[in-house]
Amino acid sequence: MFLMLIFIAAPLVTVFWNSFHITKPIYKQVEVETCTPGFLKTTCVTSFRQLPVLNAQGKVTTETFFVGLDSYRNVLELDRLQVALARWDLNAVNNINFWKALRFTLVFTILTMPLVIGMGLLISLAVNGTVHLIKGPVIFISLLPFIITPVIGALAIRWLFVGDGILTAGLEAFLQRDISMFAQGWTIEILMYIYRVWHVAPFAFVVFYAGLQSVNQDIMESAVIDGANRWQRLRYITIPHLMPLIIFVMLIHLMDAYRVFEEVIGFSSQAYVISLQWLTYDFLMPDEAGTRAISRASASSILTLIGIVILLIFPLRRAWRDRRGSA
Amino acid sequence: MAVPKSLQAPLQLKIFSNGFLVIWCILAAFPIVWIAVMSFKTPFDAFSSNPLNVILGPNTRANGNGLSLADLIIGTGLACLLIYGALKWLPRQIARFAPQGMPLFGWLIGVLVYGIFTLILYFAVLPNVMDVLNPLLGLLGQDIVGVTTEHYRAVWIDRNFTRNFGNSMMVTAGVVTISLTVGTLAGYGLARYGTDLAFWLLIIALIFRALPHSVLMAGYLPVFIWSSEILSPILGDAAPTLYGKPWAVIIVLVSINQPFTIWMLRSFFHNIPAELDEAARVDGCSHFQAFRRVIMPVMWPGVITAGLFSFLLAYNDFLVTSLLLDGQNMTMVPAIAGMFNRETTASDEVQAIAAAVSITAPLFVLVLVFQRQIVSGLTAGAVKG
Repeated sequence: MFLMLIFIAAPLVTVFWNSFHITKPIYKQVEVETCTPGFLKTTCVTSFRQLPVLNAQGKVTTETFFVGLDSYRNVLELDRLQVALARWDLNAVNNINFWKALRFTLVFTILTMPLVIGMGLLISLAVNGTVHLIKGPVIFISLLPFIITPVIGALAIRWLFVGDGILTAGLEAFLQRDISMFAQGWTIEILMYIYRVWHVAPFAFVVFYAGLQSVNQDIMESAVIDGANRWQRLRYITIPHLMPLIIFVMLIHLMDAYRVFEEVIGFSSQAYVISLQWLTYDFLMPDEAGTRAISRASASSILTLIGIVILLIFPLRRAWRDRRGSA
Repeated sequence: MAVPKSLQAPLQLKIFSNGFLVIWCILAAFPIVWIAVMSFKTPFDAFSSNPLNVILGPNTRANGNGLSLADLIIGTGLACLLIYGALKWLPRQIARFAPQGMPLFGWLIGVLVYGIFTLILYFAVLPNVMDVLNPLLGLLGQDIVGVTTEHYRAVWIDRNFTRNFGNSMMVTAGVVTISLTVGTLAGYGLARYGTDLAFWLLIIALIFRALPHSVLMAGYLPVFIWSSEILSPILGDAAPTLYGKPWAVIIVLVSINQPFTIWMLRSFFHNIPAELDEAARVDGCSHFQAFRRVIMPVMWPGVITAGLFSFLLAYNDFLVTSLLLDGQNMTMVPAIAGMFNRETTASDEVQAIAAAVSITAPLFVLVLVFQRQIVSGLTAGAVKG
C-alpha cells in the first residue's frame, strides 16, 4: 500500500515541480582564436563560442531554476492565441500545437461516444436475438478488434487505405474521383473515428450483452399484455435496465478517448492531427540534439491532468454521493 | 430457455438483425484477416488496388512461390487433423505422461512439442512431399494462389525480431508475475479485512484508468534517466541507470496496472465465502496454510482473468516502452513503429505487415483459449462498478 502510494504520488509531485522549473546546461562564452595557415602569414579569426561548463568529473554542469509559469506559457502560446482570436481567425488557432491537440481530443471524445454506445447496443440486441449456436463464434470474432494491440489495429486500418489500397480504390470507383486518404487532416480524422468505434464497440457490446441476460422476462410479458410494441418495450424496459451499464461504458470511454494516442502513431498523422497525450509524448522524446523538453512536457501533462479532472469531476461526485447515501 | 411466442421477433426483424450481425462480423474481422493475407504476398500484389490480385497474388505466383489446389486441400485437411488432435488426443496424452500434481508443467511441454511438430510438418515435410506430388497431379497440381513467407523470414531472421520478441516476453512476464503476486495477496487481505479501503481503492483504480500515461511518464522519465546519480549515495558506484532496462518498464507498468488488479481480485475474493477459510482455521491450519491449501485451489479463475488483463496492458503498450527503452531493448510494438516510419521501400512495408501479423497471432490464440475469462472479466468490472 505504501509502495503504491510512492509510485502514484511521487511522479505526480515531480511533474508538478518540473513544470515550474527548467534545467539546462550552463554555457559560458569563450573567446576562440582559429588560425588557418595562409600564404605569407596565417589568417586568424577570433570568434565567441558558447561552450558548456564542465565540472570536476568532466560532466556538463546543469542548473535548475524556478521559471514560474514560463513553461506553461511556452506550451499554451497565449500571445499567438490572442493574436489569432483578435483576428477571429480559427485556422490560426488551429495552427498552435496545444490548441490543435485540445480541439482534436475533445471532438474525438464527444463524437465517438454516441457511436460506440449505439454500435454496442445494436450488436448486443442482434446477438441476443439470434440462435444459440452462432453466439459463441460471433462473440469470438467481436472480441478480436478489442483485444488487438491498438497501434497494430490502427495500422491495419491504415494499410487498407494507404496509397491505392483496396478500400481507397473502392471508394474512388464509387465516387468517380481521385481520393487520397492521408493527404489532408479531415480524412485522417474520419479514419481515426472509424478505427476507435471499431476498437471499442466490442467492449460496449460484451457489457450490454451481459446486462441483457438479466432483463426480467415477466415484466416483458406483462408489457406485451398491456399492448406495448417492440419499440416501446425497448425504450421503456430494456434501455432503463441497461442504464447503469450505459453510464459505465460512457465513463470508461470518456477516459480512454481522452487519452487518444495510439491512433496518432498508427496513422502517422503528426503533421495534421495530434492529441494532448501525443503532445506530451513528443516533448518527452529526445529531439535531434538529444535533449528532452521535460519542463514543457510536465507543463503540458499538468494541463492534460486539469482537463481530465474537469471531465471526471461530475461522475466522481455522483459516486461519492451514492456512497454517502448508501452508507 | 424457451422464448414465449408473443416475444418472438417477426421475420423481417430477424432477417434485419442477423444481416446486421453478418455485416458486423465482416467489419470486425476484415482488417485483421486482410493484413494476414497481405503479409504473404510480394509488395506488388499486397498493395494492388484489385482485391482479387491481393488474394490470388499473380505477381507472387510468377516469382515461383505458389500453392496448388492439391496443396490447399491437403494443407487444410492436415490442419483439421492437427486441430482435432490438439483438442482430443493431446489432453489425454498429457494426462497420461505428466508427472503427478504438475499438470501445468505437462501442458507446457505438451504444447511446445506439438507446436514444434506442426512447424516441422508444415515447413520441412509438406513442401518436399508436395514437390514430388504436384507434377503427378496435372491440373490439380498447378499453382493458383501465390504465397510467400519471405517477409516473415526477413523480419524474424534478418531484422532480429526475435530479440524484440524476447524483450516483449520478458516485460510481459515480469508485469504479470509481479502484479499477480502483489494483487493476490493485497486483494485477499482487503476482501477479508478491509472495509473502507475498498471504496478508495476503486477510486484510485478509476483515477489511474483516467490518467493519461504520458502524464506519469513525464514524472518517471527524469528519475529513471538520472537514477544512477540519485541512487549513488545509497548504492555507491554500482548504482544502475534504470533508463533503457526492461526493469524500468516493468516497474512503471506494474504501478499503472496495480490498483486495477487489486480491485479486480478483491471483488473476486469477496465472492469466495469466508466460511471456507474459517473452516480451514478450525481444522488447524495456520493463517498462511489456509490461504495456501484452501483458497489457492479455488482462486485460479479470478487470477487468470486478472492476469489476462495485465498481460494485455503490458503486451499492447506502446507509450511507456517506446519512451523508456532504447533501440536495442525495444519490445515488439515500438519496434514495428520504427519499421514502418522508415518506409523506404515497398518491401519494408510488407515486412512491417508481417511483423504486425506476428504480434497479433499470440493475441488471437489468447482469445481462442481464454474467451470466457475475458468476457467475464469485462462484465465483472461493469456489474460491480
